[in-house]
Formats: sequence, C-alpha cells, structure tokens
Amino acid sequence: MSKPTWTNPVVRWIDYRLPVFTFANEQLIEYPTPKNLNYWWNFGSLAGIVLVIMIATGIFLAMHYTPHVSLAFASVERIMRDVNYGWLIRYIHMNGASFFFICVYIHLFRGLYYGSYKSPRELLWIIGVLIILTMMATAFMGYVLPWGQMSFWGATVITNLFSAIPVVGQSIVSWLWGGFSVDNPTLNRFFSLHYLLPFIIFALVFLHLWALHAHHSSNPVGIDMKGPQDSIPFHPYYTVKDAFGLGVLMLVLLGFVFFAPNFFGEPDNYIEANPLVTPTHIVPEWYLLPFYAILRAIPNKLLGVIAMFGSILILVLVPWLDTSRVRSARFRPVYRVFFWVFLLDCIVLGYVGANPPEGYFITVGQLATFWYFFHFVIVLPLVGWLERPRPLPDSISASVMAGKGKEAGHA
Amino acid sequence: MSDTAMTAPGGHDDDGTTRRDFLLFTTLTVGATGAALAVWPLIDTMNPAKDVLALSSTEVDLTPVQEGQAITVVWRGKPVFIRRRTQAEIAAARSVKVSDLPDPQPDTARVKQPAWLILVGVCTHLGCIPLGQKSGDTRGDYGGWFCPCHGSHYDTSGRIRRGPAPANLTVPPYEFLNDNSVRIG
Amino acid sequence: MHKALLAALLAVAFFVPQSSSRAAEGPALPAQAWSFKGAFGTYDRAAVRRGLQVYREVCAACHSLNLVAFRHLGDVGFQEAEIKAVAEAYKVKDGPDDAGDMFERAGRPSDYFPAPFANTKAARASNGGALPPDLSLMTKARKQGPDYVYALLTGFKAPPAGFSLMAGMNYNEHFPGRQIAMAPPLAEGALTFADGTQSSVSQMARDVTTFLSWTAEPEMEARKRLGVKVLLFLLVLTGLLYALKRAIWQKLH
Repeated sequence: MSKPTWTNPVVRWIDYRLPVFTFANEQLIEYPTPKNLNYWWNFGSLAGIVLVIMIATGIFLAMHYTPHVSLAFASVERIMRDVNYGWLIRYIHMNGASFFFICVYIHLFRGLYYGSYKSPRELLWIIGVLIILTMMATAFMGYVLPWGQMSFWGATVITNLFSAIPVVGQSIVSWLWGGFSVDNPTLNRFFSLHYLLPFIIFALVFLHLWALHAHHSSNPVGIDMKGPQDSIPFHPYYTVKDAFGLGVLMLVLLGFVFFAPNFFGEPDNYIEANPLVTPTHIVPEWYLLPFYAILRAIPNKLLGVIAMFGSILILVLVPWLDTSRVRSARFRPVYRVFFWVFLLDCIVLGYVGANPPEGYFITVGQLATFWYFFHFVIVLPLVGWLERPRPLPDSISASVMAGKGKEAGHA
Repeated sequence: MSDTAMTAPGGHDDDGTTRRDFLLFTTLTVGATGAALAVWPLIDTMNPAKDVLALSSTEVDLTPVQEGQAITVVWRGKPVFIRRRTQAEIAAARSVKVSDLPDPQPDTARVKQPAWLILVGVCTHLGCIPLGQKSGDTRGDYGGWFCPCHGSHYDTSGRIRRGPAPANLTVPPYEFLNDNSVRIG
Repeated sequence: MHKALLAALLAVAFFVPQSSSRAAEGPALPAQAWSFKGAFGTYDRAAVRRGLQVYREVCAACHSLNLVAFRHLGDVGFQEAEIKAVAEAYKVKDGPDDAGDMFERAGRPSDYFPAPFANTKAARASNGGALPPDLSLMTKARKQGPDYVYALLTGFKAPPAGFSLMAGMNYNEHFPGRQIAMAPPLAEGALTFADGTQSSVSQMARDVTTFLSWTAEPEMEARKRLGVKVLLFLLVLTGLLYALKRAIWQKLH
C-alpha cells in the first residue's frame, strides 16, 4: 500500500498532524478485500448502519419521552400524535430494532456457515457475541420504555430471572428494580441505560472492526488471500455493493414502517401498564423467542436461567468447539447438513417461544433445546474430527475462475 | 476519494466509462437528495408540536381589573402584562414627542383600546421580567415598568425611555372578543 | 439452491404469525372490508362523523377517549367551527381560579375528550366492578383490532344451553372467556344519524369502529401517503445503485 500524497494543502496540513485521511484511505478505500464475497457479507455493514439509524432516531425520541410511570405511555402517544413526524421517527426506531436483529442474526449465521470465527478471528467473533448480548440488554430495556402491558410484564418476568441466583437472588432483583416491584425507579434507570448502552455497542463495533481489519475479511471459500490477484480495493467495489444492499434493506424496513408498522409488535403493548392485571400470554419480542423457549424448556428455575444465558455464551467457545481446519461449509458436506439442521432448530425454538407452554410445545421445546446444546458440544467437535472435507481450491482467484466456468456452463 | 472512484477499475479507455461516470453522478445526486430529505423529519421533531401550537392562544376575563390596576397572565410560557390605564397615564403616554424616543412609536400604534395596555412582560434587553405590576413595585422614572436587572425604564405605553434595552416591550397579537374579554395569540 | 433455502427458512422464521391462546377462545374473526385497509386506504369521512356520534351518544357514557383532543378532529375533515361546536358541548374542569377553586367551563379545541369517570375506582364502582377501558387505542390494542371491535359489538347472543353465565355478565362469543360485563351497547335505531343513515346495529358498529380506528392511528393517512413517495424514491435509488454496482463490477467479471 503506497502512502498517498495529498494535493489539497488543507488536507495535507491536517493529515500531517492527524493522519485521518491516510487512515481512511487505508481502511476504507484501498483496504484489500477478498474479491469473492457474496451478498451474505453485506449484513455486517448493514447492521452498523441500522445502529446509526437507531441512535439518531433514539436521540430525537428522547427529547420528547418522559420516563415516569404516570407519563411515559402518554408521552409516547404524544410523540405519535402531536410531535411533527413523531410517528415516523418512533416507527423507524421500533421496526429498526427488529431489523437490527435480522441483520445481526444473518451476519451470525453467515459466520457459522463459512467458519468466519476460526483462527485468527476468534477475538473478532467473541466481540461479536458481546455485541449481541449488549444489543439484547438494550432492546429489552427499550421495550420497557413505552410502559405498555408487555413492557411492564416483560420487565417483571425478565428481572425475576435473577431471583434464581442462590442466596443473593432476591437482593439482586430488588437492586435491579430499585424497589419492591418494577416501578418508577426501574423505568428511570432503564431509560438511562437504554441511552447509554448503544454507545457501548458502538465502541464494541469499533473493536470488532479493528480486529477485522487486522486480518481482513474471511470469504466464501475460507482460504486466505495470497496476493493482489485475490483482492480488490474496498472502494468502489464494496462501497457500491454495500450501498446497493442498504437500498434494498431500506426498502424492506420502510415498507414495514409505512405499511405495517406494528407487524413485529404485540397489541398488548398499546394497553397502558397495569401492575394488577397480567396479560393472558406474555411473549418477548421475536428476536428473543428462541432464548425464551430455552428458558422455559427446563423445569428448574435456576437451571433454566443458566441454560438461557449459556445458549448465548456458548457461542464464545465455538472457535474451539469446531475442530475442523477447513473454514467454509462449502467444503464440509457433513457440517453443512448440521448447519441447516441447527438453523431449523433455532427457528423451531423461536416458534415454541411464541406459543404458550402447553401440550406438545413443551416436548418440542425440550427436544429443540437439547439439540441446540448438542450441536455445539457434540456435533461441532465430532464432525470436525470425522468429516472428510472436499479439496480446497488453490486460491481465491482460482475458485472465482472455476465458478465462472461453471456459471458459463449453466448458461 | 473521487479520484479513486474514477480511476479504480480499468481507467478511462473503454466505452463503459462515460456511461458509468454519468451513472455515478446521477446516483450520487439522487442519494444525496434522499439523505438530505431524510434529515428533515428529525429536525422537524424539534419544532413546536401540535399540542403546543394548540395552546398558543389564551383568553382573559378583564372584568375584575379596576382602573389603575394590572394583572399578569401566562401566554406561551411568558408573562403578559395587562394594565387598565388611568386617564393621566394615557395622557402621559400620548404627550411624549415620538421622535425623541429611543424606539419611536406612538401610543396609538401600541393599543387597540386606549384604556387597555397589553404587553409581553419580558425586558427587551436580556429577558428579565420588569417590575411595576404589583402595587408596591417601583415603576421606574416614567411611571411604567422598571427592569431591575440592568436598569431599563419603560413608560406608561411600555416604551423604553432610559437604560440598555434596545426596544419597546413587545405588544402580543390580541383581539377583544367583547368589552370584557380579550384573546391573546 | 442453498441461498433460496436459507431465504425461505428466514422468511418462515420472521413471518410465522405468533399464534396465541386467545385465538383459540372464540370463533375466527370475520375480516371486514374497511375503507382504511390496504396501501391506499383512507378513513371514510362520513363514517368517522357517524362514528363520533355513536361514541358521544353511546360509548362515552362509560368509556373514556383520553388521548384524543377535539382539535385532532381537524385531521379527518372537521372544520374549525365544527370542532368548536363539539368542544363546547362538553364541560371541562379547569382551574384553580384566583380564589383557588376548580371551576367548569365550556370545552375548547385544545381540550381532550373528558372522561366519564373521575378515576378508575369511580369507573369500577359505577360498573359493577368492571372497568370500561379507554378506547383511544382499542383497535391497535387487539389482534385484528377493527375486526375484533366490530365482531364484539355485533357478537352479543343468548348463551348456548349449558353455558353458565355469571350474574351481571353478558354472553359474547368474541370476548375472551365469552362473558363480558358490558351490556349490548347498540340497539336497532338507538340514535338518529345526522346524515340520515339508517342506524342499524351493524351500521353503528361499523361506523364507531372506523372512528376508533382513526383515534388509534390518526397518522395512518399521512403515513401511507408519505410511504408511497418514499418507497418509489427508494426504488429508483436502489435501481440506480444496482446499475452502478454492475457497471463497476463489470470489469472484474
């Protein structure tokens, strides 16, 4: 990478003292990127953009929101009815949360499919898991703010999870609440933390990108770039590809915002919180349903809580649980099958989480929970040892050429 | 940055380049327009909301105000001074030579009914509330209001006569609904 | 092939409606043909007017409409004078006056629809222990909201043989549990519509549902109007970006 010489004197003056232009040039423009990334690689940058949208809309919503139990619900409705474009900003924020998770989950499963977590990208992967955890906390607290029935009862149920901790559980719960139930102190601190955590996510994203740029993107064939023939500069190739992906994402996101804004929501949250009446059926937002299903699958309270948190934290260990030296599932015929089974398992868990714990949902939920952990603890290491991967191509460019030949053959 | 965009793949020698430059220009223009339009709703949320605008007028019953008395009402979060002037005060306000005033304005341009003087009670200097509404207040050297912050004196028409304030006290938009009630705003 | 499969799976994951136990409790809600359905749907102005009349003359005896101000009626075609007339028909509590007392005055456009009861306890005391819910968001606060409200208002029946109805309750097959404290609110010809429309139960139910859909989603028309423009714009921009992407990547392929 040659250091560019800046012709504009102002740019040169600044860059000499604070090399932001050189940095941007190296990391965003010339930054060598594998030439064979497919569209599944769009979702990382898309998630980053949704984060920015969430922070921007959130800042403006916070200007009108009142974190007080007797005013919160009405202040959100005032945003919807009286604040200029308030309904638009709020619906973008509401649906944006869902799309943030859609992008991040696709990003996560892409990483699982293509083995993006393998050496030397283990830390990159772990930071990603931390981002998801922080996102969940942020989303959960944000969902409490409108102070509807689901807000209140979701907060009650989730904070009560901590009461499962032996000895100190009840003290921790009342510490979380700042009282003896979910009430005004709880709402106030959730508002404060909901405003804070996105900036922590932002910092984590920065670390995530730093780690990414240390060893560059992985790619669909999972072999490293071996020279300039394997890479292309990030700009304009991936800037334009990401921009196109963003256009598609905005079409879908705004399609929901304008024409089905409450699709992802629960009608019960348009009833103001009432501590004396529990809704017939408490469900979290869709993105937490699989974990909710795991929580309910285990009859013991403490073990259920451990399983739920464990189901996320186990992702941290994936780089070591997967014993295969081949990254991409393209060359792993057995793992590929298990990948799809695992994805299906997560969807089943989500479906079970959305339904009341009755009848066959209980059995299905328990089987799916079992499989969730079985996949990580048993399948991943065993398949890595026993599977015979298909031969890898010599290089990225060789695989691109081969792929083209195949396409031409089809056409 | 734009240099890189132009020269990156292939240079200018092939036929696609002009078409691509045109496409790039069009896309950037449309995209920038969209981004600019998208910012507007965010900015507009900070403008007064509909419920705020709906409360932008207030009706006042004038029956209890005796000659020489004043009341203060709140309009758009600010005090509005309503003084029922005596004949002497009206005469004082009208005998001044308008051209001598720092902010020349005849009293007739500042009232709709001579007896009722209605003013936004915010000093035009730095936004303090002048004294002169309550019976024990000092009314300054000209019998109107006196701002204690930096010593501005207003006369019985609310005009600045001495002190740092640059302009007369503002007359809010108002109309008399009948002889005994007025709507401000 | 894999991509298609994955896309299909994700689609299933995100779009499977979350079935609820409530759905199992009554017959399926018949979907009505509402004027405000669809990407270009708007509120039938005449129906909103009639619905307001139904609310004022029937529902308002027990149900509040706390989130709606008279001025909001301007969004659905009420003229300023009409809004004033609606507002002035209500007594609104204001104060304290200079003597420190609360007083009543005629409503103004900036006032909200006054609630029939001072607080929830008073509301319960007057309704045999049941709380008539606020109606501002009703059609948003139930699954298939407008269809539900319509079905509930027209769903009062004699209980089937063997159904044990508690004292003071009424049988309604669309209410969870099938017993509801609310007595059938609408009766054939219960009111005379200002525009001369026949006031059948279904007509009144339909109109008040349209009115309540507006109170729940007053932004809907503006939302859809802006949405069409924004999506068309994005379609063009995304098309351009796709063309640009292809043009830039062309050299590589």
